[in-house]
Amino acid sequence: MSEKVLMKGNEAIAEAAIRSGCRFYLGYPITPQTEVAAYMAKRMPKIGGTFLQAESELSAINMVYGVASAGKRCMTSSSSPGISLKCEGLSYLAACDLPSVIVNVQRGGPGLGGIQPSQSDYFQATKGSGHGDFRMIVLAPSSVQEMADLTSLAFDLADKHRMPAMILADGTIGQMMEPVELAEDMHATQYEKPWACTGTKLERGHNIINSLILKPEILERLNIERYEKYKIVESEEVRYEEYMMDDAEICIVAFGIASRVAKSAIMEARKQGVKVGLIRPITLWPFPAEPIRAAADKVKAFISVELSMGQLIYDVRLASECKKPVHLCSRVGGMITSPDYVLKKILEVNEMGGAV
Amino acid sequence: MSTTKIIIAGFGGQGILFTGKLMAYQGMIAGRYVSWLPSYGPEVRGGTCNCSVIVSDEPIGSPIIDSPDIVIAMNRPSLDKYEPTLAKGGKLFVESSLIDRKAERDDVTVYYVPAAEIASENGDNRLGNMVVHGNVMSRSDCFPFDTVAAAIEKVISARHRDLLDINMKMLEAGYKYES
Repeated sequence: MSEKVLMKGNEAIAEAAIRSGCRFYLGYPITPQTEVAAYMAKRMPKIGGTFLQAESELSAINMVYGVASAGKRCMTSSSSPGISLKCEGLSYLAACDLPSVIVNVQRGGPGLGGIQPSQSDYFQATKGSGHGDFRMIVLAPSSVQEMADLTSLAFDLADKHRMPAMILADGTIGQMMEPVELAEDMHATQYEKPWACTGTKLERGHNIINSLILKPEILERLNIERYEKYKIVESEEVRYEEYMMDDAEICIVAFGIASRVAKSAIMEARKQGVKVGLIRPITLWPFPAEPIRAAADKVKAFISVELSMGQLIYDVRLASECKKPVHLCSRVGGMITSPDYVLKKILEVNEMGGAV
Repeated sequence: MSTTKIIIAGFGGQGILFTGKLMAYQGMIAGRYVSWLPSYGPEVRGGTCNCSVIVSDEPIGSPIIDSPDIVIAMNRPSLDKYEPTLAKGGKLFVESSLIDRKAERDDVTVYYVPAAEIASENGDNRLGNMVVHGNVMSRSDCFPFDTVAAAIEKVISARHRDLLDINMKMLEAGYKYES
C-alpha cells in the first residue's frame, strides 16, 4: 500500500482504472465528470496508454465496443445526458458479451437538467440502459476510496462475467476530495479472452463479434443463455453494507451520497433513542434483495432515501415483498437531502409505527 | 470526539479551494478524517466560489455542511449568505479590507482580518487567503501551525513552487495578527 493522498472522486476513478490495467480511455467532456478525462489525458500518454476524446458520446461508446472486442480493458465516462447518448452502445456491448467499464457521475435531469448531483439515473442504470433483454453490473460508490476500489472491481467483474459494468456515482462523490489509499497494482486477476478478435495467426477459426441474429430460435437461445449467466452473477456478486441493523426498528435503504447523509441522520436519531439502521446496496444490480427481505421480518418500516422522485423505492418494495410500509425521503434536481431532513422523516415514520 | 465543519467562501481567484485543500491536508497529516467539497459549475474568476471542509475524529457522514462551526467570508456576498448559517458559538472570519459591513450575529465570535491589506504589506496582495488561514490557525486548535508547512508542500502546484516561501510568510503574518 502506498501513502494516503487527497484526491477527487473523479481522479480516484481514473487512477484506479490505470492501476487495474486499463490502457484505453475513450470519452467526451461533461460536468461533473470532466476530471476523469482530464486525468486520463495527462497520464495515459506517459504510460503508453491511449486517451482519446471522441467527437461525441456515441462515438466514444462505440470505440469502447472496438477496444473491448480486441479483449483489452477499456473505460468511458460521462454524466447523465451523455449516458443517455451511450445507451444504444450499452445494449450492443451487452449483446456481444463485451467486458467494459462505463462511469456515470450523475447530475440532475431529465433533459439537459442541471449540473448538480443527482441519483435519478437509477432506473436507467439498473433496468433500462438500452433496448432488449440485458443487464449491467452496477456499482454505487459512497466515498472517494470506494470510487477507486469499485472501479477496480468493475474491471474484474466485467472480465469475469463478460459483460458491461457501470460505476453509478454522483456529482458530490465525483467532486469531493477525501484521503485515498491505492494499491500499486490493482490488476488482481488476469482473465483469458479466447473469444477476442486479435487475429487468427492462421492457427484457429475466426472469432466473430456480432449482435445481428436473424434466426429467432437462435436469438432466443442466446438470450436464455445470457440470463443463465445473470443468475450466476445474482448469486455470486451481491455486495452491500449493513449499518446499525442489529436492533433496528426502522430500516433506511440508501446508496452513494444519500447513504452518507443517512448515516449522519441515523447517529442523531439514535441519540434521541430511535432505533434506526441502514442497508446500503453497493451493487445496485445485482440488488441485495435478501438482506432487505430478512429485515422486513424485523423492522416496522423502511425509508428509501434517494436523490430521485422514487426509483430505488420500487426495488425496496419488491425485495421486502410489501411486508412493511416503505416511505420515501428524497430531494431532486441537484438538491441534496440534509441530515436534518432525513432525521425529520425518521422521527415522522417512528411516530407512525407500522402504519402506512 | 470532535468534528469541525468549515465553509470558506469568496470570489473565484481568491484561493478559496486552495485554502480548503490546505486545511484538508493538515487534518490528514494529523491522522484525522477529512472531506473537501467544492462548489462546482459555471464559477469563474470574479464569480462566487465556496468550499466545505470537515475535519473529524470519526468517519464523516455527509460532506455537505448545513451549519458550519467556522465561516470564512472573503467577500460581502459570502458574509450575507453564510453568516446566518453559522452554528451558535461558532467562529466568523471577515475579510475586513474587502467587506464594508460588520457582522450582525451576537451569538458567535467574530474576527475581522484585513487580509488583502496585510498581504499587500507583506509583498503580494493576492495571498489574502493565506493570511486569513494563518489567523484561523491562531484562533482554532483544529489546525495546528506545525502541520501547515508539510501540508502546503502537498498542495502547492509545481508551477507555483517558487511561491512556497511567500505563502509561509503570509500564513505567519496572519497567525500573528490580533484584531
